[in-house]
Amino acid sequence: MTQAPAKNQSYRSDFRTAEQATDSPAWLRDVRAEAMARFEELGFPTARKGNEKWKYTNVAPIARSEFGFDPKRDLNGLNADSLTVAVPWHETWHRLVFVDGVFAKDLSSRPEAANGVRVSSLAEALVSDNGAVQEHLAKHALFEDDGFAALNTAFVRDGAYVRVTSNVTLETPIHLVFVSTGRAEPTVSYPRVLLVAEAGSRATVIESYVALGDGEYFNDAVSETVLGEGAEIEHYRLQAEGESAFHVGTARVVQAEGSNYSSSAFFKGSSLGRYDLSVLLDGPGSTCRLNGLYMTSGSQHQDNNINIEHAKPHTTSRLYYKGILDGKSRAVFGGTVLVRKEAQKTDALQSDKNLVLSPDAEVDSKPALFIYADDVKCGHGATAGNIDLDTVFYMRSRGLDVDAASRLLIYGFARESIDTVREQHLKSYLESLFLESLPKYRFEF
Amino acid sequence: MAESDTDKNAPLLDVRDLHVSVGETDILKGIDLTVSVGEVHAIMGPNGSGKSTLASVLAGRPEFTVTHGKVLYGGQNLLAMLPEERAREGIFLAFQYPVELAGVRTWQFLRASVDAVRRHRGLKELSIREFDKLLDEKREVVKIDPEMLKRSVNEGFSGGEKKRNEVLQMAMLDPTLAVLDETDSGLDIDALKIVAEGVDRFRSPSKAIILVTHYQRILNYISPDRVHVLMDGRIVRSGDRELALELEKKGYDWIRESVAA
Repeated sequence: MTQAPAKNQSYRSDFRTAEQATDSPAWLRDVRAEAMARFEELGFPTARKGNEKWKYTNVAPIARSEFGFDPKRDLNGLNADSLTVAVPWHETWHRLVFVDGVFAKDLSSRPEAANGVRVSSLAEALVSDNGAVQEHLAKHALFEDDGFAALNTAFVRDGAYVRVTSNVTLETPIHLVFVSTGRAEPTVSYPRVLLVAEAGSRATVIESYVALGDGEYFNDAVSETVLGEGAEIEHYRLQAEGESAFHVGTARVVQAEGSNYSSSAFFKGSSLGRYDLSVLLDGPGSTCRLNGLYMTSGSQHQDNNINIEHAKPHTTSRLYYKGILDGKSRAVFGGTVLVRKEAQKTDALQSDKNLVLSPDAEVDSKPALFIYADDVKCGHGATAGNIDLDTVFYMRSRGLDVDAASRLLIYGFARESIDTVREQHLKSYLESLFLESLPKYRFEF
Repeated sequence: MAESDTDKNAPLLDVRDLHVSVGETDILKGIDLTVSVGEVHAIMGPNGSGKSTLASVLAGRPEFTVTHGKVLYGGQNLLAMLPEERAREGIFLAFQYPVELAGVRTWQFLRASVDAVRRHRGLKELSIREFDKLLDEKREVVKIDPEMLKRSVNEGFSGGEKKRNEVLQMAMLDPTLAVLDETDSGLDIDALKIVAEGVDRFRSPSKAIILVTHYQRILNYISPDRVHVLMDGRIVRSGDRELALELEKKGYDWIRESVAA
């Protein structure tokens, strides 16, 4: 197995400090202790032979760094005004704000629990809604084989908690904001999200990871999302971390019969980013739709590992990830669509397309399908490359020169992903974040 | 188009002994064709005769190599011009298979194209209002719904919608020479009528049209001044409207036999 680097010592002492500083229900203390023990066994993953999930991503820069940890950090000067410019914002949105991993109650704004929805910090929910928390927390994001999930779970005592009760439709989006303020010393945070959409409920959830400075920090995030029968979640995830940041996000989604999970994820920034999403279609007729857009430049590295498991019949998945790579950056797309034997009438499409706009940029795109049922409709594909000749000729024949055509094509490529966003204010934010800073490139013919 | 220094009576397009190949294969083997403003020419021929190649070469498709001959457009050497220069100088090619542009709005594409062409022609750029007004006027002719303009270019369009979108682009760019490559193919009779009407509206004493088609039925709506039959890379017969009708009655084999004879 993997070797636990010496630096793990600091996580052990952080763990002890945190355990002494805060009180939690006994069951949760047990979960944490177990997770810490598991992390100490696993360490961080390495690209050892046969470890397909980490084949192209080296997390040594995380393993060898020393990050400060403090479960009671202050806001580092952050106020409501500075927040509105740093993150996607709309005054009507509900929001839970976390600053360097610590819940910022005064910057948050929550709906009344009477409206059939609980939006609170996880620490609060451990008091007011302990039953539901205990039922789901750390039950879906398993840490048995996952060092990052284990480490996060070893520190879980707060986070974002959303529970939408049966048959409630929440029109207003809930925004979960994780801000890193860029402190003088590198810091580590353990963002945690638990989202429970009960049967027949509907909600829109935005999860943002943003930075105020260029400082080095490490976000080890875990989210768990549970959809009851017929529930619908529209999920947006923005990973716009600082230039020197490390971000490893682990997300687990479990879907009951007839539920619908649609997610659009956007990636920019971070020197090393990883998003590990697994969706379990565990009820007949459930559907997931996963869109992603990653834009890398400089020496950034973004790894997306997206796994979908069709466990029941008549399940549908759509996976469309896209990358725009510039500079010396590197992107990895991995993951599998797994169709279990009983998941007849599965309908699955998996696609990863990349525009590699620099000779020094590189993408490793390895989507895979494993099908054990015999009556299914599955397709997949990956592309890394240039625009075809026909397309550019078409545009030139309308009077556009190659530069203008290239610009428009790169724009359209990114735009297509942003078009999947239905929340208008978020969409405008993403348009300026992505479309106004597209790499300049001229396709050669 | 350059005007003052060229002969007023010179043809708009003058193709002389044009030979074109792709890779090692010769496709056009000596084409002569003269088109003047105010004229509509139909180029007919069986599949594989080279008619789409001729259309593409006029627009500057890069994968074709001109091995011999020349093409003058308004007295200028057309073959020395880049595809975008040709478009700005007034050549428009309606594609047989219009290309889908993911994420690029039809409206946005039209606007960028119209701006590029107008800039080159020394016309001022249209304001959004002026542009939309022009667009409203043109799209009604080809019955394009304004909602379609918000969608990505040709993406999810039906065959008929794609062809109508080509004619809309033509109308917006206001070319001098429009080359329509099988714009009638794959259309049902209603769609054909709409497309043909759009093209017919465009007809004017100051413009010329080359209609590349396999079938003569579109010529029922747009009556050509000249009809040319292309076979195996050569124009084997030219005539007037009657030639197209005769061709429909007797088929391409009739020409093939009479050429061989």
